[in-house]
Amino acid sequence: MASIILLSVLGIANLFLGFLRSNRMLLPAAMVILLIVFGANLYDWNAPAQSYFNNMLTIDRFSVAFTGIVVLTTLLLLPFSQKYVRDNEANLAEYYSLLLFSLVGAIMMVSYDNLLMLFVGIEILSISMYVVAGSDKRNVRSNEASLKYFLMGSFATGILLFGIALVYGSTGAFQLSEIGMAVTNPANDSLRPMLYIGILLMLIGIGFKVSAAPFHYWTPDVYEGTPTFFAAFMSTVVKTAGFAAFLKLLVQAFPAAQGFWIPTIVAMCALTLLIGNVGAVAQQSVKRMLAYSSISHAGYLLIGLVAFNGELSGLSANGIFFYSLAYSIATIAAFAVLKLVHDQRQREDYDGLNGLARTNPLLAFVMTIAMLSLAGIPLTGGFFGKFFLFGAAVDKGYIGLVVFAVIMSMVGIYYYLRPIIAMYMKPADNEADTPIAVGGFQSAVLIALVVLTVVLGVLPGLVSGVL
Amino acid sequence: MYAAVTFDASNASQLEVNLPWIASAGISFHIGMDGLSLLLVLLTTFLVPLILLASFRHNYKNESAFYALVLFMQTGLIGVFTSLDAFLFYFFWEVALIPIYFLAGIWGGERRVAVTFKFFLYTIIGSLFMLAGFVYLYYQTGPAANGLAAHSSDLQAFYNLSLTTAEQSWLFWLIFIAFAVKMPIFPFHTWQPDTYTEAPAPATMLLSGIMLKMGIYGCLRWLLPITPLGVSQWGWLIMILAVIGIIYGAIIAIRQRDMKRLIAYSSLSHVGLMAAGVFSLTQMGLQGAVVQMLAHGVNVVGMFFIADVIQRRTNTRLIPELGGLTQTTPLLSVSFLVVLLATVALPLTSGFVGEFLLLAGVFQYNNWLGAVAGVTIILGAVYLLRMFQRVMLGPATSFTAAFRDLNGAELAVLVPLIVMIFWIGLFPNTFLQMSEPSVIRILSLMQR
Repeated sequence: MASIILLSVLGIANLFLGFLRSNRMLLPAAMVILLIVFGANLYDWNAPAQSYFNNMLTIDRFSVAFTGIVVLTTLLLLPFSQKYVRDNEANLAEYYSLLLFSLVGAIMMVSYDNLLMLFVGIEILSISMYVVAGSDKRNVRSNEASLKYFLMGSFATGILLFGIALVYGSTGAFQLSEIGMAVTNPANDSLRPMLYIGILLMLIGIGFKVSAAPFHYWTPDVYEGTPTFFAAFMSTVVKTAGFAAFLKLLVQAFPAAQGFWIPTIVAMCALTLLIGNVGAVAQQSVKRMLAYSSISHAGYLLIGLVAFNGELSGLSANGIFFYSLAYSIATIAAFAVLKLVHDQRQREDYDGLNGLARTNPLLAFVMTIAMLSLAGIPLTGGFFGKFFLFGAAVDKGYIGLVVFAVIMSMVGIYYYLRPIIAMYMKPADNEADTPIAVGGFQSAVLIALVVLTVVLGVLPGLVSGVL
Repeated sequence: MYAAVTFDASNASQLEVNLPWIASAGISFHIGMDGLSLLLVLLTTFLVPLILLASFRHNYKNESAFYALVLFMQTGLIGVFTSLDAFLFYFFWEVALIPIYFLAGIWGGERRVAVTFKFFLYTIIGSLFMLAGFVYLYYQTGPAANGLAAHSSDLQAFYNLSLTTAEQSWLFWLIFIAFAVKMPIFPFHTWQPDTYTEAPAPATMLLSGIMLKMGIYGCLRWLLPITPLGVSQWGWLIMILAVIGIIYGAIIAIRQRDMKRLIAYSSLSHVGLMAAGVFSLTQMGLQGAVVQMLAHGVNVVGMFFIADVIQRRTNTRLIPELGGLTQTTPLLSVSFLVVLLATVALPLTSGFVGEFLLLAGVFQYNNWLGAVAGVTIILGAVYLLRMFQRVMLGPATSFTAAFRDLNGAELAVLVPLIVMIFWIGLFPNTFLQMSEPSVIRILSLMQR
């Protein structure tokens, strides 16, 4: 709870720092705020689960764990906004504050107990994202991304809201636990069709936010137009919070209806894996490849929902937790390198990475580890993420789906290797390419990202069973 | 080395370490060595220093990264040979793959990008099948020894499973494909000649000398004992594929003009024979495979090293462009001849013991297959002696006119290899004794 209050209050404080003439204070201030929030959040780990606002929110281990991921992700991402500080970007304080506020939304999404809170959380997160997607104001692509995301996102929100209304109509409750009881109540059997349509609409609404197929169409275009720094935030924090919300909804409200929604999720999952992986193969831009790869990772995370075991602990929840963590860290590393390359070379295609191993061995190494982790190769966190999720699904008997996912991850290896080939095995296009300028602090954060990925890959036991 | 001294060749695994790794999932860091593992670990620790020495004064760009990757690779290899936990095995299996990909991809020849990409995709797709097989087996096991997890991925737990014939039949293929790609067995070999040719010499030596043995070792340690019924169902097919590989490799080798490619195909032929020995399921065949693994490791590293020496002096590997080296290079000629004769399997050299036992094993399995496989010795003599004749004898060419003999560093690589060739050839019992209990144990596990 402390984390929500701190983020809101300090977010406003951060906004007022924008009145200062200099931007130099903003980045350290935002990082300190996030560090405080991260600490305050972990402090709740050993406290018993507690409800706030008339049981609207519950802070328990599940929410603390996922809050931890989103705050850590943002913390590790922030240093790569240094270019905005240098360029004396006019609205920097607003952007930082929007990120902090959107984290409040993310935290509400991982700790809600009431569908209204879920809705409010999603909206806080999304509206911030609509704004930052268009933050590169003079760039047509950025404007397009913002408008596209906003239009599609509002429709999805409307559908989600309609779903919530139908669920309320058939169960008479917004509270997750009450919905759960009402679903099992035989007296409500006549309202089942309405309930099922409500569930389906909610699946669509959240499926849109986590970019699961067939609701993924916005993802590549929006990522491409959004400034890389914010695209990284979108593909990590939004997805992590979305999946935590998804899992919480299904576990606490609809466990009794699993005969209905599990087949739906299985179909979404297979489709997402197919479209994400096959789509990524055809891309020429690394950023669009990462967008499709983020779709495919939504597919892997959906496997965790299929392996549903009716509780917020056990194989399914732990698998999603570990995967989200490993995925977020690797994705930030990939986007960070891409952003640094883009800032200097103004290119985001594969050839823009040519010869990077010679000019910037560190960046090339970080990108390599990130790619290997996203591809799920051992020694990196991504391998154990996939391993735990696939294991959980096999445990529940979904062998066919796992075989399909394994085949799709073979496809994934193809496109994740392409940046590595470009960096290590192709000469730079322009021999005069100068090394890309990387700040000392940024280098340290990049190294930290690599270390975290490898630690997750070598000692997964540290966090694999925390929930 | 410490291991060799303390080893007493009894049945059980030695130097066991068993630490919980992911306790909640019943996965542990369980390593240990029996005779079979020990021999391969010794092979690795014997060859890697020589391979490093072979790259002495090579001036690879970015040397520190190069040597780091080689050592990293050694970690993976030793891990594979000692793991007693399925997921740990898989983990090291991939750890060994990543460095060799970069070694070949960064320091390789002109076509390296496409070739190593193919190699990487091929092997990793194979190993993902293996992983799928392991995951399935894992969910069949009972509770782990530590009581924390519902399943265990320990090797012993896998041995204790009782699987139906139908299950074993498809599990056999899942696991076998990974090993078949790594060995490689015909028709999974298409990555091999290209990769061997394009990779830099040390990487080729690692690939052919040690990495190839991961496939054979995997069959012995994992495939045969876990799916004996699958093996008995499909063994005939593997035998035929292996024998096809023997003949196919040898015939193509005869036609090669590039020394490295010739050695690559000869390696394909030899590994086919090893696989045939393994799947003959006789004690002789298995023992032969073990000795041949060592012998082939030593021989092929020697062959590639000599090819590399010649290439560095003359800037060509094409056999027709070479000739007349014997006049000026007594040391090189003698060592080349010894290594070559060992590869041809002349008695008293290392190749003979292995091939003899292997062929005896294959004969026990089926006379006809044995007879066909036996042709390999003749064909081997044809292509290897032809290569020697063209490269070393005859008139000197413009490429070979100013050829210097071996220098000290190069001798330091070749002398230990030659000593090892004679040691295996003259006293094979040193090694056979070590592996015998393990082989007997593997065969007895198959009789369950």
